[in-house]
Amino acid sequence: MSKVDLSVKIGPLKLRNPVMLASGTVGYGNEISEFCDLNKLGGIVTKSLSLKPRKGNPPQRIVETPAGMLNAIGLANVGVEEFIKEKIPFLKKYDVPLICNIAASTIEEYVECIKILTNEETIKAFEINVSCPNVREGGLQFGNNIKAVGKVTEKVRAATDKPLIIKLSPNVSYIAEFAEIVKKEGGDAVSAINTLVGTAFNIFTKKPKIYNVNAGLSGPAIKPVALAKVLEISRNVHIPIIGIGGIMNWKDVIEFMIAGASAIQIGTLNFIDPAASEKIVKEIEDYCIQTGIDKISELTASYLIDK
Amino acid sequence: MFIVKSRIVEKKEPQNKIYLLKIHSPEIASIIQPGQFLNIHVSDDSYPLLRRPFSVCDVEGENIYIMFNILGEGTRILAKKNVGNSLDILGPLGVGFNLDDDYETAVIVAGGLGAAPFPYVTRLLRNKKKILSFIGGKTELDVITYGMHNYKTASDDGSVEFKGTVIDLLKTQLQHLQNQKIKIFGCGPTAMLRSLKQFCMEKEFNCEVSTECAMACGFGICQGCPIESTKNKDKYLLVCKNGPVFNIKDVIL
Repeated sequence: MSKVDLSVKIGPLKLRNPVMLASGTVGYGNEISEFCDLNKLGGIVTKSLSLKPRKGNPPQRIVETPAGMLNAIGLANVGVEEFIKEKIPFLKKYDVPLICNIAASTIEEYVECIKILTNEETIKAFEINVSCPNVREGGLQFGNNIKAVGKVTEKVRAATDKPLIIKLSPNVSYIAEFAEIVKKEGGDAVSAINTLVGTAFNIFTKKPKIYNVNAGLSGPAIKPVALAKVLEISRNVHIPIIGIGGIMNWKDVIEFMIAGASAIQIGTLNFIDPAASEKIVKEIEDYCIQTGIDKISELTASYLIDK
Repeated sequence: MFIVKSRIVEKKEPQNKIYLLKIHSPEIASIIQPGQFLNIHVSDDSYPLLRRPFSVCDVEGENIYIMFNILGEGTRILAKKNVGNSLDILGPLGVGFNLDDDYETAVIVAGGLGAAPFPYVTRLLRNKKKILSFIGGKTELDVITYGMHNYKTASDDGSVEFKGTVIDLLKTQLQHLQNQKIKIFGCGPTAMLRSLKQFCMEKEFNCEVSTECAMACGFGICQGCPIESTKNKDKYLLVCKNGPVFNIKDVIL
């Protein structure tokens, strides 16, 4: 028995610890399971699923930047049907909450995906991607538009009883407004943040380094931005927050929780050290023991800010 | 697949600006296949952030070799490493060359640093098959002959035995190649692989090539390294997981 209670609640979703793996950085779990024991984690979030399979963008999809990376994968995924047939059987073998991330170009498509998936027992919650910067026909437009985020939340809410998390875009001036509308329309939690829009050029060819031109910036470079967005939501809206953005070690996890996160997701780090998340679970427990914390959930929004 | 800390036991510069590191890594050395690769984190901190992929160049007992030139920050840092330093290695990764097909002569075609995977291929084939190697580069300095056997060289500037591309050189040997049962193993810049593909398709030669693409993870989770498949237009293959070695018929280069 662990001495520290690491369990956390995100609305109705109970996790054994706050460490989850972020969408788009673990595929459907099989590759990363060779490096870390999925059963030790708080949860895993699938690569964004769309109604039909998506091929994704041509190369180049990835470029490294100072303390970060840009990616424009273009939501390459197997589609919901193949996910149920080919991917769920593998994930069923694990005792780790599976959260399905859903991406779509229209509200109807979001609802359709949820309807197909909601009766799958293995799926414990949905995370709605309204903020992918790499798809021309939708994604960002939804994430930037407060009415659209409200509408998606409302319609998806009506289609499932499972916990509903909306993954918010940081590419907005006031993120708390978006968290507020999610709460109003029945969302159970928000994930903050998705990647920041960025680009990069080859100075000799004068061409963009990424085929899609625009790409999503992730990695430690975005951590301060993510922390500020989490704090902004935490100070203004009463809704559980899953903190995401450049987490590289256990200290970053604690920092996100202090800023207001109930749980966190590890993303880019999985590419560099696919075994890291399991180590981090152990290390945050050590931190709690050292600092006399009995329940890690006490850390959430424990910031001491004078003004 | 392992994530291991492995020590550099020898550092060489077999020719100008080409670095060769011998790394003691028994776990990886015992299982890695020619054409597979390693994803190496070159620093102990977060800069550079991502790992860098390197073909396995050779294997000798418990040691593996990588060969590289300085292309960017990652290789600049790596070139400064010395004997005794440790590297954080993820590997072996990907699908390598199939050396066991039915053929008499292995024809190796390398352009520039595309020579990197072939010392290991050469070592494994030397006592089993005939080997003919064709090595090209822009200038004499880019023609890398380390670990190669029975080779002919080509350079764009004519500073080695043949002036022209390595594929032009290969074409001069066509009759010789058609007189025996061959399998071609290629690695080099995309332009070279494209003309190699055209040559192999025309002459119906069996050929495997090692490809490259910018990637983050090296084992399939980032989806960063797509390559177009000739068999299924609706789905990309991944260089890291389905490759980096492909039958030249199966990919659009």
